[in-house]
Amino acid sequence: MGMTITEKILAAHAGREHVEPGELINCKVDIVLGNDITAPVAIREFEKIGVPDVFDKEKVVLIPDHFTPNKDIKSAEQAKLMRDFAKKHGLTNYFEVGRMGIEHCLLPEQGIVLPGDVVIGADSHTCTYGALGAFSTGVGSTDMAAGMASGEVWFKVPESIKFVFNGEQLNEWVSGKDLILYAIGDIGVDGALYEAMEFTGPAIRSLSMDGRFTMANMAIEAGGKNGIIAPDEVTMEYIKSRAKRPYKLYTSDDDAKYERVIEYDVADIEPQVAFPHLPENTKPISEVGTVEIDQSIIGSCTNGRIEDLRIAAKVLQGHKVHPDVRLVIFPGTQEIYKQAMKEGLIELFIDAGGAVSTPTCGPCLGGHMGILAKGERSISTTNRNFVGRMGHPESEIYLSNPAVAAASAILGRIAGPKEVE
Amino acid sequence: MEFQGRTWKFGADVDTDAIIPARYLNTSDPGELAKHCMEDADPEFPNKVRPGDIIIAGKNFGCGSSREHAPICLKAAGVSCVIAKSFARIFYRNSFNIGLPILESPQAVDGIDEGDEVKVDVNNGVIYNLTKGTSFKSTAIPPFMQELIDAGGLINFVRRRLKG
Ligand code: SF4
Repeated sequence: MGMTITEKILAAHAGREHVEPGELINCKVDIVLGNDITAPVAIREFEKIGVPDVFDKEKVVLIPDHFTPNKDIKSAEQAKLMRDFAKKHGLTNYFEVGRMGIEHCLLPEQGIVLPGDVVIGADSHTCTYGALGAFSTGVGSTDMAAGMASGEVWFKVPESIKFVFNGEQLNEWVSGKDLILYAIGDIGVDGALYEAMEFTGPAIRSLSMDGRFTMANMAIEAGGKNGIIAPDEVTMEYIKSRAKRPYKLYTSDDDAKYERVIEYDVADIEPQVAFPHLPENTKPISEVGTVEIDQSIIGSCTNGRIEDLRIAAKVLQGHKVHPDVRLVIFPGTQEIYKQAMKEGLIELFIDAGGAVSTPTCGPCLGGHMGILAKGERSISTTNRNFVGRMGHPESEIYLSNPAVAAASAILGRIAGPKEVE
Repeated sequence: MEFQGRTWKFGADVDTDAIIPARYLNTSDPGELAKHCMEDADPEFPNKVRPGDIIIAGKNFGCGSSREHAPICLKAAGVSCVIAKSFARIFYRNSFNIGLPILESPQAVDGIDEGDEVKVDVNNGVIYNLTKGTSFKSTAIPPFMQELIDAGGLINFVRRRLKG
């Protein structure tokens, strides 16, 4: 019996020829990740284990990105705890404010995660790196602590669901975000609970790397353990200049076993909007109706990459942000920020009346830099629209792609980019 | 392991932002976190909950972020156990790793009303509704997870392994 890409990577890291869904296995990990919220808890647990050092100082990655640049004294203390730990253990992959980015944009960009890896991160959107053909999943701080000490982690081998996106050509203004929102709208927020979501099909093959990251990023929003896309020429082109160590390419066997196979035709998919308060509450943009907004957020680990900023800029070009709307833009990393400057995108955003922030998670988790008041509404390119996620429990979040978020900022209500053309 | 307590009932898809809103995560102090436990789902919960109380919830409890602060704050608030129709996977892992007992049983969730007095036998996976005089079986906990519980959580488990 053949294996899926997920099973193959897990088997290889467990020192096994073969694994079956449902088996509990112990795997070697290539990268262990933490941030300024989760690492402090992990560090305390790590100290309890009583080993002098982390298992490998190049493989433990710490990034202050959630409440940084420090939003208050408490978050400054947490960031300091993490910084001190990174120094004490001589971690090579600690990225300080000014040289950092949102973790899930930064790690692929810096070539820290590569195809065939097993990656755990104390952050649920660690599933992002599955876009490179890695097995990558979010865990808690205690798992992170155990991983930092031992270089190993326990897993239950997940069953896999295969999502086939048929059709070559995406509809105008449709991106990876819309494909994943469409799938989540179809299967629901627990539709892939404990399972691997494998994305394939001609539409995925022709999707850019940035679009693939966006898709794998939101696997967790369907309850998935990981999202994964087999590596191809697009992947190789992306990692070519970034990889500094060996990596391995895996693909699923033709006779691999899937719990389900779900097929979509991308011709049926228009830009999607997820209504409050769950990512599964999706509607095509044509059915949204009149929803006035107070804020538009473009960025995050879901849609803060250069392609996302280019799309937003294309829509905003020659327009002004609606007088009643705050548009806030968050490039994912310093590299992306610089590239956007070179291309004149930052100037365009500011001229349009938008605020551009240094990379941070900021408003995505209701941390800082764009919190909603009671009764306010935001369109956002982020990944979660839970109650209170971006501020007051009585505020509302609508999720969309960057083109819709930009068009909505111009019109003051949720709208597709075709309305501003 | 046995627990007995009053129950509080919640719906489906209770997410980690409802269990502990991200705006409070600038600290990881369990006592501080407990003050805001479940407040976006029920603002009165932190005042009402008493040590030993049990949470009953629908499917996909704990969906959303990987924050261990979620099971930590439930534990710190005194919640002895969570019974749900199903759990989101990171929450499930985290709960075992930190030693918060959780059980999956759709029948129990449907057969328990808020305020019922419930007794839970974790090792045998049996849930007794003492108010109604009924009992339910929960999904069995895999042996490896049982080992984690017996070791007192993942940290002890790993410490033993690394020293052994
Ligand atoms: S941008 Fe948002 S979803 Fe992504 S890591 Fe930061 S807080 Fe999490």
